[in-house]
Amino acid sequence: MRTTELCDLSIHAALELLRRRALSALELTRAHLERIAALDGRLHAYITVTAEMALAQARQADERRARGDDAPLLGIPVAIKDVICTRDVRTTCGSRILENFVPPYDATVVTRLREAGAVLLGKTNTDEFAMGSSTEHSAFFPTANPWDLARVPGGSSGGSAAAVAAGCAMGALGSDTGGSVRQPAALCGIVGLKPTYGRVSRYGLVAHGSSLDQIGVLTRDVRDAALLLRVIAGHDPRDATSLDAPVPDYVQGLGNETDLRGVKIGVPKEYFISGIEAGVESAVREALRVMKGAGAEVVEISLPHTQYGIPIYYLIATAEASSNLARYDGVRYGLRAEDTDMWQTLFRTRALGFGREVKRRIMLGTYALSAGYYDAYYLKAQKARTLLRQDFERAFQQVDVLACPTTPDVAFRIGQKLDDPLQMYLSDVFTVSLNLVGMCGISVPCGFAGGLPVGLQLMGPPLREDMLLRIAYAYQQRTDWHTHRPPLSIQISAGG
Amino acid sequence: MPRLSLQEVEYIAQLARLGLSDEEKELLREQLSAILEYAATINQLNTDDVEPMTSALPLRNVMRADSTAPGLTPDEALRNAPAVQDGHFCVQAILE
Repeated sequence: MRTTELCDLSIHAALELLRRRALSALELTRAHLERIAALDGRLHAYITVTAEMALAQARQADERRARGDDAPLLGIPVAIKDVICTRDVRTTCGSRILENFVPPYDATVVTRLREAGAVLLGKTNTDEFAMGSSTEHSAFFPTANPWDLARVPGGSSGGSAAAVAAGCAMGALGSDTGGSVRQPAALCGIVGLKPTYGRVSRYGLVAHGSSLDQIGVLTRDVRDAALLLRVIAGHDPRDATSLDAPVPDYVQGLGNETDLRGVKIGVPKEYFISGIEAGVESAVREALRVMKGAGAEVVEISLPHTQYGIPIYYLIATAEASSNLARYDGVRYGLRAEDTDMWQTLFRTRALGFGREVKRRIMLGTYALSAGYYDAYYLKAQKARTLLRQDFERAFQQVDVLACPTTPDVAFRIGQKLDDPLQMYLSDVFTVSLNLVGMCGISVPCGFAGGLPVGLQLMGPPLREDMLLRIAYAYQQRTDWHTHRPPLSIQISAGG
Repeated sequence: MPRLSLQEVEYIAQLARLGLSDEEKELLREQLSAILEYAATINQLNTDDVEPMTSALPLRNVMRADSTAPGLTPDEALRNAPAVQDGHFCVQAILE
């Protein structure tokens, strides 16, 4: 098989070939490294490519298989967002302040991927400390959307999304604090799943908003998302916020049903507001028709506090971020910009180490937590957060899942929202609520508007990733949107 | 809501130990004012009898067994430090 075909395989299809010995992990890994070499000069999806390590891991995977050994991801090349710690591999968080940080330990999700036999291709680009919706706030370079290189891939897991969409990784990990897995998945035409808060260990995930952060997966189809989630989900004694609940077999749970009879889908009317792009709305409405055609009952429902999601989120997330980022003091790790005394060094280190979006959020969060404003902003936001959660609890008494667009519009142009932070924040309008209420969601490709991908978001109650995956899988069986590939791939394959 | 004053911006930056240029202060003054004005829409909500939500989890305190487990070695813990001396993190003098 040629490079392009190998890089186009789903994880589950590649595993079948590997198990039949029709393909080796080394061939598969080489194909991906070649493709990264050919494309990443234009995409900028990776901050660090670990080619040597990947080839060594691939050889080990082949040796394991030759001994008759197997594992859930044995020989599968994947990418890791650069906010997740990897032992002995630089982890920058897209920030100057951690530009040379080499973690002495692996995040639990990385340990689990290694144990499952995955090959790690490298670390993907991100908005600095995962703060952004376009990956333009990376301190190093913006990432391009594989569907149109002049547009953003979304963010903050834009590097992971672009890499998976372009065939430069078979799957990837991202982190989702306010939509940072689902939004870039939607904008790049792939699947992105944010698990329930506590479902996946965050040990080794560099903290952004601690009551909101959750590690998620990005893949080209739903079955692959189930495969990756099964590996990384589960309790971890090293993360006190991880839930000690059994992990179902998400792959087995997909079944072969394309039938959705007995499933009740709620459509929150507040997610179809004016301002939503016409092509996005029509693609999502068509997806609802497909699910209705599969036997699902589709009913309109209300989440009345939806419009407060963005203000609540940007008060709570920035408050938590301002507190988490206090640790970057140039003492134990990271940049130190030496000045006349310890205090001046501290101010200068943070002035030079942080980019403008991170500074903006530290300022906003510090303000919301400061004496005199705490009650009016932070405490008020936490109370409003309770109202938002009650919306979702009421909804899930009436329906199994909620369906809506993942984003109000398709991928925007690089630079378009960069100087208007409020406009950038508003691009998260359909994703932030789910993090605030701590429940799970998935974005799946559901069509195109003006040649750019559109995502359908399904949201579910706590720990019902199994149900989300099953419904998304049934939808995917009846459509072929997940099989579309960016035109970039075609140009490259023509040249070999 | 009135625009933030320059003094307020400087006060917040001081709390956050964040060095800002004059240009950054002016830009942040405008941008934070606009964002806070938007954020203030939550004041439309009546939250008189509403408890604040501090966590999405049903958990309270999580305890572990009081037993030792391997952790980072001193070398591992120090290897990313900007300055190290005799197995310690090294900082500038804080006393005259």
